[in-house]
Amino acid sequence: MKTNDVIFQTVAKIVFFMIIFFAIHLFFAGHYYPGGGFVGGLLTSGAIVLLLLAFDMKTVRRGFPVDFKWLTALGLLFSVGTAAGSLIFNVPFFTHAYDYFQLPLFGKTSLHTAMLFDLGVYLVVIGVTMTIIQTIGESE
Amino acid sequence: MSLLHWAILAPFIMAVFVPFLRKKAASIHTGWFVLILPVVLFSTFLQYFPVTMNNGSVSETAAWIPSLGIDFTAYVDGLSLLFVLLITGIGALVVLYSIFYLSKTKESLHHFYVYLLMFMGAMLGVVLSDNVITLYMFWEFTSISSFLLIAYWYDRDRSRYGALKSMLITVFGGLMMLGGFLVLSIMGNTFSIRELAAQAPELNDHPLFLLAMILVLLGAFTKSAQFPFYIWLPDAMEAPTPVSAYLHSATMVKAGIYLVARFSPIFAFSGYWFWIVGAVGLFTMAWASFNAVKQTDLKGILAFSTVSQLGLIMSLLGIGAASLHFDALDDNIYTAAVIAAVFHLINHATFKGSLFMVVGIIDHETGTRDIRKLGGLMSLMPITFTLSVIGAFSMAGLPPFNGFLSKEMFLLSMIQLMELNLFNVESWALLFPVLAWVGSVFTFIYSMMIVFKVFTGKFQPEKLDKKPHEAPLGMLISPIVLALLVVVFGLFPNLLSYSLIQPAAAAIVPSIIPPGEQLYVNIYFWHGITPELLMTIGVIIVGLLLYKWLPKWMGVYDYFPGKVTLNHFYNASLYAAERGSNSITNAYMTGFIRSYLVYIFAFFIAALGFTMWAKEAFTFDASAAAPINFYEVALVLVLIAATLTILFAKSRLTSIISLGAVGYTVSLFFVIFRAPDLALTQLVIETVSTALFLLCFYHLPKLSRHEERRRFQVGNAIIAAGVGMIVTLIGISAHSSKFFDSINAYYIENTYTKAGGENMVNVILVDFRGFDTLFEIAVLSVAALGIYGLIKLRLEKGGETNENE
Repeated sequence: MKTNDVIFQTVAKIVFFMIIFFAIHLFFAGHYYPGGGFVGGLLTSGAIVLLLLAFDMKTVRRGFPVDFKWLTALGLLFSVGTAAGSLIFNVPFFTHAYDYFQLPLFGKTSLHTAMLFDLGVYLVVIGVTMTIIQTIGESE
Repeated sequence: MSLLHWAILAPFIMAVFVPFLRKKAASIHTGWFVLILPVVLFSTFLQYFPVTMNNGSVSETAAWIPSLGIDFTAYVDGLSLLFVLLITGIGALVVLYSIFYLSKTKESLHHFYVYLLMFMGAMLGVVLSDNVITLYMFWEFTSISSFLLIAYWYDRDRSRYGALKSMLITVFGGLMMLGGFLVLSIMGNTFSIRELAAQAPELNDHPLFLLAMILVLLGAFTKSAQFPFYIWLPDAMEAPTPVSAYLHSATMVKAGIYLVARFSPIFAFSGYWFWIVGAVGLFTMAWASFNAVKQTDLKGILAFSTVSQLGLIMSLLGIGAASLHFDALDDNIYTAAVIAAVFHLINHATFKGSLFMVVGIIDHETGTRDIRKLGGLMSLMPITFTLSVIGAFSMAGLPPFNGFLSKEMFLLSMIQLMELNLFNVESWALLFPVLAWVGSVFTFIYSMMIVFKVFTGKFQPEKLDKKPHEAPLGMLISPIVLALLVVVFGLFPNLLSYSLIQPAAAAIVPSIIPPGEQLYVNIYFWHGITPELLMTIGVIIVGLLLYKWLPKWMGVYDYFPGKVTLNHFYNASLYAAERGSNSITNAYMTGFIRSYLVYIFAFFIAALGFTMWAKEAFTFDASAAAPINFYEVALVLVLIAATLTILFAKSRLTSIISLGAVGYTVSLFFVIFRAPDLALTQLVIETVSTALFLLCFYHLPKLSRHEERRRFQVGNAIIAAGVGMIVTLIGISAHSSKFFDSINAYYIENTYTKAGGENMVNVILVDFRGFDTLFEIAVLSVAALGIYGLIKLRLEKGGETNENE
């Protein structure tokens, strides 16, 4: 099935970055506006899936030379590590810490350990979705 | 966590490092590193001697699950210390022996030593736990490590068979024991063995007492290979010989003995205890020794001999229970049985350990353990021969070795039973010494077989794979140490009397010892011409005659038909269980995912529908409902249209797109109801899952609407409608009934002040209910790995890898 999908491919190349930036925006916005690691992760995988549909499995694999199973593990490690990190400070498991900082460029910003935990969620969601899609897509 | 706790955990911690040692220091045999641990532990525990010798004890508690009353309490008294020294002492010797037994290059040593260390830690945990739940946990650890060690050479069929058998039987017993512990804890309202023992008189009158006792004894009997559970031990001999010497003769199988001894203060006053433990032990002793004679494999002989000796110790513990019914210490002849049990326990560990190692040497140097192929090795392996003479003569109960002393005490105890006026013993009294004597005769015969069939007679080099020669010195050290102990304990038994035996025996029958006093232990050779000496002489004479005429009466074993043996029963029931479960499973596992969906949804309807009906849970209350607007009506219409399209679409692609439309419409609902987070998530999920569907699309068979029968379609329609109805009813009821105050006020108040966030949904996800999220992503990861495994590691059809064949 050889089809000419130049338009689709060209659009996908540009839209991909838009989606990715939007996903990253959603991820960071999470604590204050709609968004978060889960949606951010899903959207990121959505962007990769778009490339997958526009091109093929091999091209995408070249573009992202990541083993998504490792990404899943890394994400889990981040989440568990953040949760367990509170034990070092002698507070119960899963206690988050946050404060507000005056950063250059950003102005008043809140830094929150929940972000680290959410980063784990973000990575796991990308890892899981892409592992499943790649495995099923490749198995023919 | 005290030193004691760390001592129990040390082997587990060490086990973690073994694979690294194996990898990083491959030029040094891993055993040398492992050897350090039991030696250190042994010397550490020696410092408890001064405490236990005065019948004192040490106990350290670390809270484990305080809310359930489960503590990790380590408790050292005479009995525990005796076992700890056996575990670490024999452990050190076995590790030393294994260094020379297992090849550095050919064997996967890291597996071996990880399992062995796991076992050592588990065994220490068993004998040092005061809490029955921790005891149970460690107990099962010993079963698991034993399973792994028996299956160490897992490419052999017999190894796997033996491992499975031992696992099934001992874990069955372990579960029974857990039940017994729970019953005990219900009766006594505590998990602590000492606290249970303190309430022994009240427990004795409890209606559940007998149940608890039988359950606990099932655990002990399976572990200690008592009749009829002994059948796993001979098959466990497939393990490497150091393992057989360690687990299946010196320590693990004695865990059952330990359990009986440890629970004696609780149960032993009862007549049932006396009868069950005494009779089962004695019968096992006679039966197993009778069966040992017909074995041709040296390790088979030793396996049955171990069963028999364990029965001997068990019976002594049972008979020792009679001592509780007599007050005075001085003329309480039944305490002698308890003392004999402890003494024989030590002796058995020494002579049986050395014999196992000797057999290992023979196997290693000649390539066979079959006594029909062996013979005339005396001049070739003089040291091994000497060691086997010491071990076997001690086992047979010949002077001047330690086995003679404890055997005499055993026979004496059995004779004294005839004077007992308790538990209706009178009518059966004669049976005890007779069985004991018969068992001893066969013990004598197989002991002689081990020595003379192997080392004397005709040398048959043509039947051997290797040219036999004496073992290397390293392999001889451990059996030499044990054989020396056999001789030393034989000549100077009173070295042990008040250091090890008295404290251990006192822990078994603590109630009859007045505070500050001790049991009287004096072991010596010459008692004059006593009945037990005459019995021993009888054993030797009859034994020698029977040994000489062995070929003439070996035929009696043929009278035991193979169909009624316990092994046959085990195999048949295992086979029946496998076939039965196989046919049940095949009956409903059709291989079609739609059948499984039918099961799941049918169950869903039945369970939820029944609950709604039984609890009268359906309520309808529209008073809190919001008015319905134009947008919602429009969306519902779109939703219905899209759903109907799925059902009646001609092509699969249309169905998939319509399904996506359903999802997008739902997310529009979320937008209308002002849940942006949900809407966003639903949108993206819908997109990704539609893409996934399109990926799978190629794999699906061509869609055809007419191949299915009407009945099938009607059934599916009913189930689909049922699910829809139930969910709708639940939704309406959930909306209409408010049993609890909503928790949302809490979140509104605290989201900013406590968690520093403004998006409540996200704060709940990452903070308030972060645990949920953590487990959810864990489940997701497992699912991804599962799918990966299912698709990538698919077994070839009809390949040899199919495990069900």
